[in-house]
Amino acid sequence: MSEQFPSLFDVEEMELSFGPQHPATHGVLRVQLKLDGEKILDAKPIIGYLHRGTEKLFETMAFPQCIPHTDRMDYLAAATNNQGFCVAMERLLGITIPPRAAYIRMILAELQRLASHLVWLATHAIDIGAITPFFYTFRERDAILDLFEEYCGARLTLNTIKIGGVPFDLPDGWVDRCSALVEGFPAHIDEYEELLTNNRIWKKRTIGIGVVSPEDAIEWGLTGPPLRGSGVEWDIRKVFPYDRYDEVDFVVPTGVNGDTYDRYLVRMEEMRQSCRIIRQCLDRLPDGPHMARAPKVLRAREGMIYGSVEAPKGELGYFIVTTEKSTQPYRCHVRPPSFINLQVLPEMVRGHLVADLVAVIGTLDIVLGEIDR
Amino acid sequence: MTDETPKPPAEDTPAPVDETPERPSESTPEATAEEQQPADEKPAKPKLSDEEKAAKIAAAKAKAAAAKAAKEQEDAEPKPPWEEKPVPPEHADAADDPEVAALAAAVADSVLGADNYAGHVTVSIPRDKVLEVCRFLKDERKFAFLVDLTAVDWPEREEGRFDVVYWMHRFEDSKRLRLRALLPDSEPIASVTGVWKTANWMERETYDMFGILFDGHPALERILTWEGFNGHPLRKNFPVEGIDTGAAIYPDVYPPGGGPVRDEEVEPPPEKKKPEKATEATE
Repeated sequence: MSEQFPSLFDVEEMELSFGPQHPATHGVLRVQLKLDGEKILDAKPIIGYLHRGTEKLFETMAFPQCIPHTDRMDYLAAATNNQGFCVAMERLLGITIPPRAAYIRMILAELQRLASHLVWLATHAIDIGAITPFFYTFRERDAILDLFEEYCGARLTLNTIKIGGVPFDLPDGWVDRCSALVEGFPAHIDEYEELLTNNRIWKKRTIGIGVVSPEDAIEWGLTGPPLRGSGVEWDIRKVFPYDRYDEVDFVVPTGVNGDTYDRYLVRMEEMRQSCRIIRQCLDRLPDGPHMARAPKVLRAREGMIYGSVEAPKGELGYFIVTTEKSTQPYRCHVRPPSFINLQVLPEMVRGHLVADLVAVIGTLDIVLGEIDR
Repeated sequence: MTDETPKPPAEDTPAPVDETPERPSESTPEATAEEQQPADEKPAKPKLSDEEKAAKIAAAKAKAAAAKAAKEQEDAEPKPPWEEKPVPPEHADAADDPEVAALAAAVADSVLGADNYAGHVTVSIPRDKVLEVCRFLKDERKFAFLVDLTAVDWPEREEGRFDVVYWMHRFEDSKRLRLRALLPDSEPIASVTGVWKTANWMERETYDMFGILFDGHPALERILTWEGFNGHPLRKNFPVEGIDTGAAIYPDVYPPGGGPVRDEEVEPPPEKKKPEKATEATE
């Protein structure tokens, strides 16, 4: 065929705008594609549709007032956003938090990681065509959100970590309900894996798709599951332990091939490890205050500080610049993991089919609220 | 106070102690009000108050002593760090840091200063050496991972308006290093996209938000705002409330460089009058 009509079938290129109103882009992401038939020659992500100037807003607010705004960045993982900001602020102000606060934070952060990974699994699977996991994962996610609601009153924008600790102690019976959830959770993960891990269609759609070598992953600044999926064992919780992560026992799972399937396996194992961390925290939950004795008006010294946490999507860092005796950040820059991870998208999809683009966007686990800020 | 107190308690201590049980009934507000009205009982009152004073002083003294003892006890056993007043970290000179020393030895005139704050080393470098320094740190010192790249705006500073900040990581021993380059307004700085690929979007974001030009960047385009957006939002002189973004669409109405629309320029919405007229008509 191609010999007969070379100009018609080989040379023609088509430009296609994928998004920003496409359900598989997980938000308002637009990808400008250059196509040769179904094959992607080049892709260019276009972002900024959700830009709200959060970093500019930070400059006008006192330190504690910034925390609710961090919720709105990665809106699927509000607790880890709060935690990142507070860890940076505590380093800046020299606050040591009480052990009970650290343990409550770790429980909240790991529950949040479970909730975020469940949304990722649901949407990633539904993008590829497996609808069933969506119903299973949202059942468990709702149970987690119920726990959040009981603790702080909110389900999504939690605003539940304060500079110096956590705002509330755990309500009566919360520990029991949480441990019941965590005890039952690995069985649910088995349930999801039964649907997908050995599923022939799932394997065909994910194995060998969007391969990133470990060298490339580092070069492109990937963090979180995309980096670990490529075989680099790196987790902020292990490398720079914050709160009390050095006291709990967990494993950092890594992949081998750096493809979509490996990243899927890494996240599934991460959920099991999160359960493990929560169980240890609940068992060892120390008594004592849940807030450090911090002054009411927080004043910082002149300096630059960077604090980061392992968010579900990767390394979430807050770079805060303050002037002498200031009560608000002079500049607060956020290093959002999704923003840096999305950068590698063109490299990952070049040469693949359009349908694989959907799988790759899913496997990067991006949240546009965090990318655009 | 301390000079006066020693005598009365020493002499009167037995008396007030005996009388203390009776006092509450007398010293209630109702009782004192009744006592104050008749003038005859006036002499009795100062007497009572004297005793009361002595008792009070004694009580206060005991209380102070107890508090002092408690305080001493507290001081004796160290408080947990979360109970104490937080102390922000101190700045320290980091010229003897191995990375800084290696950098100073390898690239001439590259270290203008080194500061250690909360365990993070910040090296100030001249802006024309950025590329050289980054190459050296990545190739020789194995800082393979650029974590973050951003800028800070100091509009009043004379030596240069911007700080361009690089934050890098080494995997072998989890060491992090920050570079800081001073940059005057409207002057370009070398792009490090050739050193770390990940700098691409970070530099685009910095360009978009601050208007800093990166020399040698493959495609320095706006990323969070759109092409033709008027201004750079994270500059300190950009208004927090934003600007009228019609600038790009109607350049004749909103010329480039125009700020936000002033209140007097905004026409009052005409819809307000219409409903009033309508209601009058209906009435």
